[in-house]
Amino acid sequence: MGGIDPALLIAALLTASVPILLASVGELVVERSGVLNLGVEGMMIIGAICGFITAVETGSPLAGFLGGAAGGAVLSLLFAVLVLVMQANQVASGLALTLFGLGLSSLIGQNYVGIKPPLTGAVPFGPLADIPFFGKVFFSHDLLVYLSVVLVAAVWAFLKFTRGGLILRAVGESHEAAHALGYKVLRIRLMAIAFGGAMAGLGGAYLSLVRVPQWVDGITAGAGWIALAIVVFASWQPWRALLGAWLFGGISVLQLNLQVAEVGIPVEYLSMSPYLITIVVLVIMSSGKGRASFAAPACLGQNFHAAR
Amino acid sequence: MIRRTLLASAAIGLSMLAGGMAMAQDKTKACFVYVGPIGDLGWSYQHHQGALAVQEKYGDKVEVQWQESVPEGADAERVLTQMALGGCDIIFTTSFGYMDATNAVAKKFPNVKFEHATGFKRESPNVAIYNARFYEGRAIQGHIAGKMTKTNKIGYIGSFPIPEVIMGINSYYLHAKKANPNVELSVVWAFTWFDPAKEADAAKALIDQGVDVIAAHTDSTAPLAEAAKTEGKVIGFGQASDMADYKPSPRVSSIIDNWAPYYVARVGQVLDGSWTSTDTWAGIKDGEVEIGEITEAVPADVKAEAEALRDSIAAGTYHPFTGPIKKQDGSDWLAEGATAPDGDLLGMNFYVEGITGEIPK
Repeated sequence: MGGIDPALLIAALLTASVPILLASVGELVVERSGVLNLGVEGMMIIGAICGFITAVETGSPLAGFLGGAAGGAVLSLLFAVLVLVMQANQVASGLALTLFGLGLSSLIGQNYVGIKPPLTGAVPFGPLADIPFFGKVFFSHDLLVYLSVVLVAAVWAFLKFTRGGLILRAVGESHEAAHALGYKVLRIRLMAIAFGGAMAGLGGAYLSLVRVPQWVDGITAGAGWIALAIVVFASWQPWRALLGAWLFGGISVLQLNLQVAEVGIPVEYLSMSPYLITIVVLVIMSSGKGRASFAAPACLGQNFHAAR
Repeated sequence: MIRRTLLASAAIGLSMLAGGMAMAQDKTKACFVYVGPIGDLGWSYQHHQGALAVQEKYGDKVEVQWQESVPEGADAERVLTQMALGGCDIIFTTSFGYMDATNAVAKKFPNVKFEHATGFKRESPNVAIYNARFYEGRAIQGHIAGKMTKTNKIGYIGSFPIPEVIMGINSYYLHAKKANPNVELSVVWAFTWFDPAKEADAAKALIDQGVDVIAAHTDSTAPLAEAAKTEGKVIGFGQASDMADYKPSPRVSSIIDNWAPYYVARVGQVLDGSWTSTDTWAGIKDGEVEIGEITEAVPADVKAEAEALRDSIAAGTYHPFTGPIKKQDGSDWLAEGATAPDGDLLGMNFYVEGITGEIPK
């Protein structure tokens, strides 16, 4: 393992997992409200290009992240209109959203190919960043790395401790009952979808502004699908989604580093390890006691109409 | 009554179909299948430049059609079938992984001509293959890498372990070693042609472990973007396309795939009926592989050496694989003064002596 510096490795892991972490936490909230949005990939890439354009035009990466989140949210509203108002099939609408997002991003990104965005600096922690090992691991990142963890904590606290979270979960478990109690099912779902879109957009913007720093067509290259899978394997629990994203991001980075260090494990096994290990770990965690509480929201994928 | 209406509309439909076919036959249709998006600024972008050159050259006589981001495998077969049914006269399939799909579809459409890039199978007389001698360009990159590295560690981001890529790695390493005997090569396999985030991660893994010259065999500019974050400590090369946005550093030179002359010639042969199944492998000499400008980040003497190397390859006086060269396991490959036969190169599945990693099977 000679050449691998653990501090650099952990630092790389934290950055590498931000896009899928943000997208999966957003999708988790959407699915908890009973809506299955398969358009994560499309919202991510729209976020990537909207964020990129905003950052380039304003010169501010921060504005770029906001632009990315806004772009993802706007696209998700299209999905919301289809499934909430028109009662369209959620799976088909989600897939359509992905295709639409990929095509649209390529169209609006045409004039932004080959441009370099303003650089996103690390948060200045002053002397903290000079602490050996911990400085590099914990205090050398940009704002979004910290924000992503804070958002996971916020989503967890919201779902577990607040009245709003309880209502959201109720809508996802039984929209009929929630409706009977007087909650506005469609309005709550609309907000959840928009939140999911904003998070996916933010994750996409992170890709085009920090991780790759440039715009190329198809930049997400399937990250949205990974995020969707993590939500399921994390059994709709925010902290597990964090674990899943870090596992996936971490092992992706680790396997590349192991290749460079030539540790003698065949490359084929290293390459498949992120997918394999993430799934195995999360499945084992969800198969223990109290399995019922980790089941999918009962109304996941079902449309709701008050007149029915 | 209903039956009569049905028959009438069927007749109208048929005549329209026939009319449509007649119209389609006025123009020769040249179709292109790309593995990535045109906007990758690398491999697929360069193929598309070739397609545009065809359109420009023949104007109204030719209709150019293309499809981007076609996955290798079953999807490729569907796309090819659709193109063949849609009236394409010649179809260029521009990635190694389309090899079996191209040959399978070609058997079903003997009147459509197929051109497969970088492969080696021609199972029916309507399939031609073409390739470029990228390894010639890799020799020049290797020389620059050997001279420029300060850590004596150089890196290569491989896509898939296929002969085309292994050839590039060997050529890069041999010439780096010649320029700097202390050089060590690390190879990272990304197992993708196009995934900017993963390509960036691979470059980062190399940089984190002390590599300071990176050559990429994937399709996007992401490795250069990653190298750019190091503020000049790490350099790299444009791959497939010039990638001039990263001049003068980290991009210090590049390999440019210039497919346009080949595409223009082949479509021309379809137009005048002289097309036959051929196997073309052109290099620097033919202008199919171009070496992008070597920037001022490279010292003048190294630049002059690299250009001399390029010119000797172009003149045919030097072959990048000239013996004595041993295989990684120490067995002999090329004797003193012998040059590699094309057959050996096209089926290359071994590293040369001195490379420490293993090729994935």
